[in-house]
Amino acid sequence: MLEKILKIKDLRVIYKTDLETVNAVNGINLEVEKGGTLGLVGETGAGKTTTALSIMRLLPSNTGRILNGEIIFEGEDILKMEEDKVRHVRGDKIAMVFQDPMTSLNPVQTIGAQIAEAIRLHNENMDEKEVQERVEHILSLVGIIPQRKHDYPHQFSGGMKQRVVIAIALSCEPDLLIADEPTTALDVTIQAQVLAMIRDLRDRLGTSMLMITHDLGIVAQTCDNVAVMYAGEVIEFGTVEDIFKGEKHHPYTEGLFGSIPNLKSRAARLNPIQGLMPDPTKLPEGCYFAPRCKYCTELCNKTRPEVIVSGTHKIACHMYNSKYENEMKQSVAKHAKKKEE
Amino acid sequence: MYRYVLQRLLFLIPTILGVTLIIFLVMSLTPSTPGRMMLGPSATQADVEQLNHELGYDQPILKRYVDYVVDMVVNQDFGTSYYTKQSVFTEIWPRYIVTIKLATIGIILSTLIGVPLGILAAVKQYSALDSIPSLLAFFIAAVPSFVLGMVLMFIFCLKLKLLPTYDNGTIAALIMPAITIAIPPAAQNFRFTKSSMLEEIRQDYIRTARAKGATERMVIWKHALQNALLPVVTNIGMNLGVLIAGAVVAEKLFSIQGIGSLIVDRISYKDEPTIIAGTILIAIVFTVVMLLVDIAYAYIDPRIKAKYERLKG
Amino acid sequence: MEASLNTQKTTEVYKKQSQFKEIVRRFSKSKSAVIGLILFGIVAVVLLLADVIVPYAEATTVHPELKNLVPNKDHIFGCDSYGRDIFARILHGGKTSLGIALLGTLCSCVVGCLLGAVAGYYGGKVDTVIMRGLDIFMSVPDLLFTMAVVYALGANFINLLIALTLAFFTNYVRLVRSQVLNLAEKDYVEAARAGGAGGLRIIFTHIIPNAMGVIIVNTTLNVAKIIIYESTLSFLGLGMPPPAPEWGQMLSEAREYMRSAPHLLAFPALSIVITACAINLMGDGLRDALDPHLKS
Repeated sequence: MLEKILKIKDLRVIYKTDLETVNAVNGINLEVEKGGTLGLVGETGAGKTTTALSIMRLLPSNTGRILNGEIIFEGEDILKMEEDKVRHVRGDKIAMVFQDPMTSLNPVQTIGAQIAEAIRLHNENMDEKEVQERVEHILSLVGIIPQRKHDYPHQFSGGMKQRVVIAIALSCEPDLLIADEPTTALDVTIQAQVLAMIRDLRDRLGTSMLMITHDLGIVAQTCDNVAVMYAGEVIEFGTVEDIFKGEKHHPYTEGLFGSIPNLKSRAARLNPIQGLMPDPTKLPEGCYFAPRCKYCTELCNKTRPEVIVSGTHKIACHMYNSKYENEMKQSVAKHAKKKEE
Repeated sequence: MYRYVLQRLLFLIPTILGVTLIIFLVMSLTPSTPGRMMLGPSATQADVEQLNHELGYDQPILKRYVDYVVDMVVNQDFGTSYYTKQSVFTEIWPRYIVTIKLATIGIILSTLIGVPLGILAAVKQYSALDSIPSLLAFFIAAVPSFVLGMVLMFIFCLKLKLLPTYDNGTIAALIMPAITIAIPPAAQNFRFTKSSMLEEIRQDYIRTARAKGATERMVIWKHALQNALLPVVTNIGMNLGVLIAGAVVAEKLFSIQGIGSLIVDRISYKDEPTIIAGTILIAIVFTVVMLLVDIAYAYIDPRIKAKYERLKG
Repeated sequence: MEASLNTQKTTEVYKKQSQFKEIVRRFSKSKSAVIGLILFGIVAVVLLLADVIVPYAEATTVHPELKNLVPNKDHIFGCDSYGRDIFARILHGGKTSLGIALLGTLCSCVVGCLLGAVAGYYGGKVDTVIMRGLDIFMSVPDLLFTMAVVYALGANFINLLIALTLAFFTNYVRLVRSQVLNLAEKDYVEAARAGGAGGLRIIFTHIIPNAMGVIIVNTTLNVAKIIIYESTLSFLGLGMPPPAPEWGQMLSEAREYMRSAPHLLAFPALSIVITACAINLMGDGLRDALDPHLKS
C-alpha cells in the first residue's frame, strides 16, 4: 500500500447566499497516493472544482463554507492551519492549474514576472539572477522560448497561455499538483500536446497529481486511480483497471461509459444519461442518482446507499450490497428483460 | 506612438470647425440680432440695422461663418467683440488662463481625493472607510454644484469668515471655487474607482495569484490595482464636462473673472465672436485633456502600448 | 421506451414573467431601494397634487410686507424676498421641474437609443459618422451649449425640453451601441439566426430585452441628473421665466439674503437634494436588482 500524500475525510462544503444554500460537496473521502495520479471524474456541477478549491482553501470567502471534514496533507490537516501557513503551502507544496487559461493570467504583467513572483514568494533568499534562471528553465520545460518571458499574456495563444499557467504551478516543484480540467478550454489537437507535457513533467519531477476532468479518455491516459463524483459525493472509486475493465460499476459510471460515442458501432442515436443532476439546494432523500437510475427501486428512493468495498474498488450502490441482494437482483433481471425487448 | 498622438491632434481641426458651425447655427435661431441687443428695444429699426451693418451681421450666415474661420486661421484673429468692440483675443485670453488654473486645480484635487479613497473603500469594504465616504458621495451626487458652493460659502465665508466671497485677486479667493468644482467629480471618481477595484478583485487571475501563495496585500496592490486604474483614468477624462460646467457655475457664484462667466454674460448680447472664441478654446482644452488621458492609459496598459507601438512606422 | 430529450436551458434564454418577478423580489430586498421608491412616491404625489394642496396664485402673489418671513403657522416654509409663500413655490416649482425632468429623460432616451441602435446595427460608415459627430458634439461643454440653445430659442417648457434632450441623449447612444455590438455577437443570437430569424426580429426579441435593463437603470438615474441640471439652468437665469417658481431660481434669489434669511436657501436646496436622493436610491436599487452579480 503506497503512502498517501493527501487524504480527504468526510468533507462537506456549502455555498451560502441569502437566497439559498447550495450543497456542493456532501461528505467525500479521497486519497491521493504519493507519486500517483488520482482522476476525479464527473459532470459539471458534481463538486469537483469545489473540492479542489477546498484543498487550497481558496473558496470564495463570501459564500463558500467548509462545514466539516479533514484534509490531511503530508500529515497535517490543512483545514486547521493558520492562514499564514496555508499561504506557504499554496504554490510551494500544492499548486493548482485552473480551467480557463484566457482569464487566469494578469493581463498587465509579463509572464516572466508572474512566474518569478511564484518563485520569489517561496524562496525569499534566492538572488535575482537565480530567480530568472529558474524562470527560463521552467519556460523551456513547458516548451516556450525563454526569451518570451518579457511578453504579455495577450501575445500568447490559448494553449501557450495554459502552458504558462502550468509553468507557474510547477515553478516551485510542488509535491501535489491539482489540475482542474486543464485542457477543456483548448482545441483538441492542443489538448493532446498539453496533456503529454503534463504527464512528462509529472514523471520527471515525481509530482503527485489530482486530475479533475469529465473526459474518460484523459483519465485512461494519465491516472492510476479514479474517483467518480456525482452530486457532491464519490459514488465510485478504484484503480484505473477497476474502472475501465472491471465487471461491476455504479449505474452512473455505466451511463458515463455508455454515453461515449463509439466509432465502430452503427448506432443511430447518442446514448445520454436521461435526466439532470439533482438540484443541489434540494437533494433527494435516498440515493442522489435514483431519479435517473435504470435500476432504481423503492429502496433506492428511500435509503442512502452505503459504500461497498471489494479490494481496491469501492462503489456506493445498493446493487452490490449483500443485504439487499434479492431486491436488487429482481430489478436487474427486470431491466435485462426490457433491454431484450 | 507619435503617429497616434498626431492623428488625435489633427482631429482638432474638424472639431473646431464643427464646434464653430454648431454655435453659429444655434445663435442664428433667435430672431434677435446683436444690434437690437446692444441698442435696446427702444432704438429705431434703422439704427439697429446700421449697427448690424457695421458689425457685418447682415451678411448671409454661411459667408459669415467662412469669413470667421478664414480670419481665425489666416490672421489668427478671433475678431472683434460685438459688445465691447475690443479684440476678442485680448479680452478672452487672461480670463482663459484664470479658468484653466481653476480647472487644473479642480482636476488634481478631485483625482487626489476620489481615487485613493475609492481604493481604500474597496479594500476595506463594509468598514467605516467604506460606508462613510460612500454615504457622502451619495449625497454629493444629489446636490447641484451651485448649492454646494452656496453652502460652502455660507459656512466658510459668511459664518466663519475664513475666505473672501469674491475674487479679490488673491490665491485665497480661488480656494473656495476650486473646492466647489472639485467635489462632485471627486465623489464620482470615488464611486467609480471603488467599483472598478471590486470588479478586478473578482477576476480569475486574482485567484491564480492567491493560489501562488500571494498575500492579500500583494494581490490587491500588485495585481488588482493596476488593472483597476485603467478604466478609472478614462473616467477622469470623462468627468471633464462636469468639471467645466461646475467651473462656469462657480465663476458666477464667486464672481471669478473666468472664461465661463464671460461666455454666459455675452450670450445675452449675442456677442458671437466672443462666444465662439470662448467655446473653441474650451473645446481645445477638452480635446487635449482627453488626449492626455488616452496617452496615460496607453502607458499604464502594456497591451495598448504594444498596439500603438506596432502602428508606429 | 421513448423518453423525451431534456435540453438544459441556457442561462440566456429566459421566461419573461419569472424574471420580472425575480427582479421585483430582489428590488424589495434592498431596504434603501424601497425607501427610495416610497420617498419618491411621496414626493411625486405631493408635487403632482400641487394645485390641490395650495393654489398656484399663492406661489406668485407678492406680499412685500412679508419679506423674508421666517417659517410660522401660516407659511410653513416662510416667505421669500418678495413675500411669496415658499411652500407654495416649492410645490409648484417642483411640479414643473419634475415634469420637465421626466419628459426630458424620455425624449433623450428615445433619441439616444435610436441613434445608438442605428450606429450599432448598421455599423460601417453610418456608425463612424454618427460616432465622430457625437465626439465633436461632446467637445462642447454641455452646459454652455444648453445655455446657448435656451437663450436662442427663448425660455419656455418646450424649448427647455429640447435643450435638455440635446444635453442628455449622448448618454444613451454609446450605451445602446455597445449593447447592440455586444449582443449581436452572442451565441444565442447566432443560434436564432441559424434558426431562421431575421435581423429585425433578433433586435426586438433578443437584443432589446437584454439592453432594457441597463437602459432603465440609466434612465432612472438620469431623471435625478436632469433635475439637478435644470436647477442649474434656472439658477443661471435660463429656466422658466418669472414669476414661474423654480427651485434653482429660488436659490439664485436666495443668494443675497444668505446670511440674514437662510431659510430662503434651505428649503429649495433640501427639496432638490431629497428628490435627487430618492431617485438615486431607486436607481441604485434597480441596478442591483437587475444584476445582483454586481453586488459582491
